[in-house]
Amino acid sequence: MRIYALLLHLLPAALREEYGAEMTATFARHLAGARGAARAWALVAGLADVTATAVRAHADLTWQDLRDTGRTCRRNRGFAAAIVAVSALGVGATTAAFSVADHVLVRPLPFADADRLVKLWQDQSYRGYSRMELSPGNYEDWRRQSRSFASSAAFTSNSVNAMTNAGPLRLNATYATSSLFETLGVSAALGRAFVSADERDVSTKPVVLSDRLWRTTFGGRAEVLGTTLRLNGESHVVVGVMPGGFDFPRRDNDVWLPLSFVPDDLADRSNVYLQAIARLQPGVSLAEARAELNVIAAGLARAFPEANERTGAAVIQLRDEVSRQSRLMLIALVGASACVLLIACANLASLLLARAVQRRRELVVRVSMGARPGRLARQLLTESLGLSALGGAMGVVLALAAVPAAAALVPTSLPIAEAPSADVRMLAVAALATLVTGIGFGLVPAWRIGRGMQRGEFRHGSRVFGSGATERLRAGFVVVEVAAAVVLLVAVGLFLRALWRVQDVNPGFRDEGVLTARTALPMPKYEVTATREQFYARILAEVRAVPGVTSAAYTSFLPMVMRGGIWPVLTASSAAPQDARMASVRYVTPAYFATLRIPLLRGRDVAPSDTQTSQYVAVVSQSFATSHWPDQDPLGQHFSTALQERVVVGVVGDVRVRGLERESEPQVYLPSPQVPDGGIIFYVPKDLVIRTNGAPAALVPAVRAAVNRADPEQPLSDVRTLAEVVRLETASRSAQLTVLLTFAAVAILLACLGIHGLLSYVVAARTQEIGVRMAFGATPARVMALVLSRTATLAGLGVTVGLVVAFAVSQSLQFLLAGVSPTDGATFAAAALLALIVALAASVLPALRAVRVDPLTAIRAE
Amino acid sequence: MPDDPTPESLLPLPAATFHILLAVADEDRHGYAIIQEVAARTAGEVRLSAGTLYRSIQRMVEQDLISESAARPAPELDDERRRYYGITDFGRAVAGAEVQRLQGLLRIARATGVTPRRV
Repeated sequence: MRIYALLLHLLPAALREEYGAEMTATFARHLAGARGAARAWALVAGLADVTATAVRAHADLTWQDLRDTGRTCRRNRGFAAAIVAVSALGVGATTAAFSVADHVLVRPLPFADADRLVKLWQDQSYRGYSRMELSPGNYEDWRRQSRSFASSAAFTSNSVNAMTNAGPLRLNATYATSSLFETLGVSAALGRAFVSADERDVSTKPVVLSDRLWRTTFGGRAEVLGTTLRLNGESHVVVGVMPGGFDFPRRDNDVWLPLSFVPDDLADRSNVYLQAIARLQPGVSLAEARAELNVIAAGLARAFPEANERTGAAVIQLRDEVSRQSRLMLIALVGASACVLLIACANLASLLLARAVQRRRELVVRVSMGARPGRLARQLLTESLGLSALGGAMGVVLALAAVPAAAALVPTSLPIAEAPSADVRMLAVAALATLVTGIGFGLVPAWRIGRGMQRGEFRHGSRVFGSGATERLRAGFVVVEVAAAVVLLVAVGLFLRALWRVQDVNPGFRDEGVLTARTALPMPKYEVTATREQFYARILAEVRAVPGVTSAAYTSFLPMVMRGGIWPVLTASSAAPQDARMASVRYVTPAYFATLRIPLLRGRDVAPSDTQTSQYVAVVSQSFATSHWPDQDPLGQHFSTALQERVVVGVVGDVRVRGLERESEPQVYLPSPQVPDGGIIFYVPKDLVIRTNGAPAALVPAVRAAVNRADPEQPLSDVRTLAEVVRLETASRSAQLTVLLTFAAVAILLACLGIHGLLSYVVAARTQEIGVRMAFGATPARVMALVLSRTATLAGLGVTVGLVVAFAVSQSLQFLLAGVSPTDGATFAAAALLALIVALAASVLPALRAVRVDPLTAIRAE
Repeated sequence: MPDDPTPESLLPLPAATFHILLAVADEDRHGYAIIQEVAARTAGEVRLSAGTLYRSIQRMVEQDLISESAARPAPELDDERRRYYGITDFGRAVAGAEVQRLQGLLRIARATGVTPRRV
């Protein structure tokens, strides 16, 4: 019986208090009449009955409340629409931000036991490279000697020329050891992935296609298996197609090709170009694996001191391959969405409180008819939850629409899809945000009603309820809204200044009017330097003949596209410190500097006369010259790099090779004919740059035709303007700013609504007071000042709180601000000013309404 | 909810409500007696649980179908914890309307020949 009495508490209070004792007595009589098994059965049935009754009774009440809500909303559509819209904005912003952050930072990678997958790097922190690619020799030794990993794989990404029915294509390829797919625990969707025989038997040349390439270029036909695909002039057999959503190592990968090493590869430990992943053995921790690899690395440093000196091993979870910048930005995004949700909740609480006050009469009637305070509070809560559920559903739609726009915030370094898919996790976040909103804004009015009635404020339609206390509460909400909006405004301001600062950085070249395109020449077809030079000469001659073109040239890599390509430099008596003896090396054709408008400061450009039979020459950047020969004429100086001794013939301005936000190594430019035959093919010129007087895009057909005439199998890829390349440098900043700006706009709009709502309420509630004041001679200006001063006080308080919070928060954003001070005074001042102006603007309408109060009507109403 | 519902507006009645109305139609009864009466009238086919009974009673009192009765049996037969319920005039009208509805249904069924051979 005790359990029965306890279970009665599940019933709604009214039912329990009215009939609980009778139910217990009835149950007891029923029980008394039964014996043995029948008694046990009656006991179970009774307990089940009271539980089921509780569920049904609550469902009845909820249904009744929802029907009442529907009726209330039909009577006051504007109010319902406002509630739904505000909660949709709050839920939408939160769901979108959480989904993107969850996708990038939390959700397991799409592989089996993904938490056991690790990335392996060489660690040369002593010279600033904590995550360096591996040499084949080191990778093989790590793999053979370590016991921490169940399997491991090495891979390197490159692009290849493919000849397809649709013409020549440039494809993103990953050369991987056969263990890659086994390590990731992924099999082919069609056919097979690599087997170890693929590494040994180089004659088969298998290729595995990505799902995307298979669908777009091969029509998604299963018959593609066994067909031949020409890659870089060689025939490969299609052996498999990977499943959709397999985005390793990046989501734009098209094909996987087997990677194997010849003895020469293994001998050269200074040639670092491999990335490596491994799967931890069961029971082996990350720290243990790290310790073991570092012991192995120390052994290799002793055995091969020239290449491996002070080289350690870094083992990190594959999941953590997210830059600090991406991580921080996503956290900031979630913080911003939390601000929006907070403002939405405060706004809704305020709206509902006002509504509860308007419904005072209805509530009083219900109390006088015996409704309990708890019952009324429950109805208000159901109303707010019902409306917020509707808003939540709209919020999910908003989030689904917004998530693709936030895709720019998903880093490409992770093997994950571009945008999170709508799934249970996303819906769970939306449901949680909806619940927070519904309870957040429903609880306060419900609590106020309950408390108001306990104090008897409802009796006789008392005016006490809903005046002072409610106004103070709503004023509190406005302060919160303004404060949260200020925090967002400060963040937006700081990010905007950071963006401007980065955009103001001089890249060292002029990007306007320049078209860039890539013709990556396949080896061994083009391994002889003279063959390549013929190709370059023909293309450049044809392109220069196009009307509008003022100059054109080839280079190994475009600045900001390829940030590496670094080579050690040796001089006879270098003044540069050890760490600075590295240079960014590029082979170029004549007119490269003229085409990019990189200023030629001393000496001459590379010339057609610089060949393999003439003296090896170099044009160096100014920082290179000053660091190596600070007090001497750099022209005529000798140094060694890229396997040759060279003499300096020219000095040019420095270029931001590593991008606008990073310092670059000094630059060395070498004449393209001086690339050795079949050697250092990585540096072979492939990027074409063309300066024109007209629109760069208009040149594309002519360039494509020229390439096709020179070599019909040669694809032209990566066609874009140099301005686009530079713009990409700030693309992620722009995307971040756009998202934050949207949040801030929503926040300030909601804060405005809050202020407007509160003041309208205050003016309406004080119509008599205003009337009396006016009757006693208060001027309209005085009345207006009265209303506006109220706004100024609240907004001032909100701004102050907001600035303090922003000051604390902005410190953690410092890393993202590209050198802008996180406490930048101008930004804080602008945010405060903007918030104040907007707050005052939002109170103009209620203030005008106050001014138009007719004293006679107001007093008569009293 | 309309202020003055008509008997028809409450139709069709839930089975439990109809049984309770019939059980209190001829005399006022307390909860357990209602359960027993309904079981007896239906030859044990309908056994109301305490939960169903009191949830129905709560709603029926709200809808003014039944009311708590002030009249009590003789003290030696009474238990002061018990409350007795009797049918109201409105309750009687609603029960009548339900009977009429069921009769109408039955007529239609008979006309279409779907009534069982032996009732």
